[in-house]
Amino acid sequence: MDVLNLAHGSFYMVGAYIAYSVVVATNSFWLAFVVAPLLLALLGAALEVVFFRRLYRHGHLAQVLLTFGFTLVFVDLVRAQFGPTTRSIPPPPGLGGAVELFGATFSSYSLFVLGVAIAVGALLLLGWRFSRVGAVLRAGVEDKEMAGLLGVDVPRVFTFTFAFGAGLAGLAGVVAAPEFAIYPGMDASVLILALVVVVLGGLGSIEGAILGALIVGLGYVIGTTLFPQFAIGLIFAVMAAVLVLRPSGLLGRRP
Amino acid sequence: MILGRLTSARNAALLAVLALGLASVPLWAPRFWIYIATQALIFAVFAMSLDLLLGYAGLPSLGHAAFYGVGAYACALLALRQVDGLFPLLLVGGVAAAIVAMPIGALSLRTSGVYFLMLTLAFAQMLWGLAVNWVSLTRGTDGLIGIPRPTLVGLDALEISLYERGAFFVLCLVVAVLTFAVLQVLARSPFGKTLEGIRENETRMRALGVPTFRYRFAAFVVAAGIAGVAGSLAAMSNGYATPDLLYWTASGFGLVAVVVGGTRSLIGPVLGAFVVLVAQLGLSTYVDRWELILGALFIGFVLFVPGGLVGLVRRT
Repeated sequence: MDVLNLAHGSFYMVGAYIAYSVVVATNSFWLAFVVAPLLLALLGAALEVVFFRRLYRHGHLAQVLLTFGFTLVFVDLVRAQFGPTTRSIPPPPGLGGAVELFGATFSSYSLFVLGVAIAVGALLLLGWRFSRVGAVLRAGVEDKEMAGLLGVDVPRVFTFTFAFGAGLAGLAGVVAAPEFAIYPGMDASVLILALVVVVLGGLGSIEGAILGALIVGLGYVIGTTLFPQFAIGLIFAVMAAVLVLRPSGLLGRRP
Repeated sequence: MILGRLTSARNAALLAVLALGLASVPLWAPRFWIYIATQALIFAVFAMSLDLLLGYAGLPSLGHAAFYGVGAYACALLALRQVDGLFPLLLVGGVAAAIVAMPIGALSLRTSGVYFLMLTLAFAQMLWGLAVNWVSLTRGTDGLIGIPRPTLVGLDALEISLYERGAFFVLCLVVAVLTFAVLQVLARSPFGKTLEGIRENETRMRALGVPTFRYRFAAFVVAAGIAGVAGSLAAMSNGYATPDLLYWTASGFGLVAVVVGGTRSLIGPVLGAFVVLVAQLGLSTYVDRWELILGALFIGFVLFVPGGLVGLVRRT
């Protein structure tokens, strides 16, 4: 969409906290799994209509500042509601155990996360390539005016896309909640990694984002095993190296 | 032309009044507000250096705090090894930051726009990770504490110590005014004009035979050096240097200060720095939910005052 959203990490964080609230209230992870992405999508749609829509013209800097403001607001709201302490929720019933696979032991929840990730990735790839919405969106980003002239309701497509992105961030938050800690700073840590992933893979390329995520994830794990102190540094070094060789990312289009 | 000179004379007079007004702060203000004004001045130096990048060179860096932090750590490391003297300690921050900025600039400046923004962010986070993890040098998240303030030859004779709030405030004011003057001269020099030309139309400047990369690189290193001096001041002022100084939110607040005040004006970032700092430190003293208010304030500014505070004045 060519929108730089620093508050995307906040959507992830809010998703995790919604999951926490729902699990505490109803004890049902699956309810949270459905509710949180929907709520986040609604929130995303509202923010897009009220705020972001005005800023597409103003370029990335205005977007950076606006969304930086939102990160402060969200983190403070979460802190006001839940306090600064770390929360956690248990994995859903049936996924708390471990599974033996190819001679190694995996926690069954990790496999579930893997499954969700693959499903979402496949859905995005296919949707972007082959669905009508994907085609309309590609057209809208490529040339807004031309798409509009051809009868595409570009603003509505953008709102929908933004909401969809926010919903996915919420879904990621729910899925991450039983695996990682839920705390008010979780938005920043995921945001920086997500930016690295996207830049590494190339903006506007879903395949690139998947590839970037694999590199960052593997790099982090390998880095942590080899030299734990500088694992994060390794990831950034890889990203710097890639951008020097290919300034628009691994699979990004050349500008 | 005449109008231009008149307004610049008026601006100069305004600035002189502003500087004198600020210089009198230690005489009448409560201690707490002297402290806030000192912090704001240091932040203003940082914001002005960012304006050179963002406003004049058109380079939106989201990692500028890295150089601020490098300056602070360099100053701290030296001061903790019993090096005394104001000028060496101020300079070491600037020089260290400029040196670190060279490889980062050389790599980041190969890209532009969002990629530049994210690349500078990534490098800054890398340095932040280094500050957290290189415990033997930086003592990790605890940071370097107990940094002494330097003595200045001449001030001793007058029995003035930089440990006095007023004296330290005046030091920061002097550094801020000097930074303003240097950047103002730089912005109006052929160098500054060329930078603006590159920002507006790089292809054309290159066609005119201007080595655009070198100009941008120079601007990047100079801005980093000034940010490093601000970092030195911060280390002296706080008495500690922690990884927080390099964290990306610090860069974010810098950008906010520049934009809230108004880019490409130098005085705008100073105003913006005061607004942000007073909001940050002032609000946090009186209310719990200050981040919420601050965030809402930024959002409002972006939406309703796109030209910043300076833009408001210019329009009327």
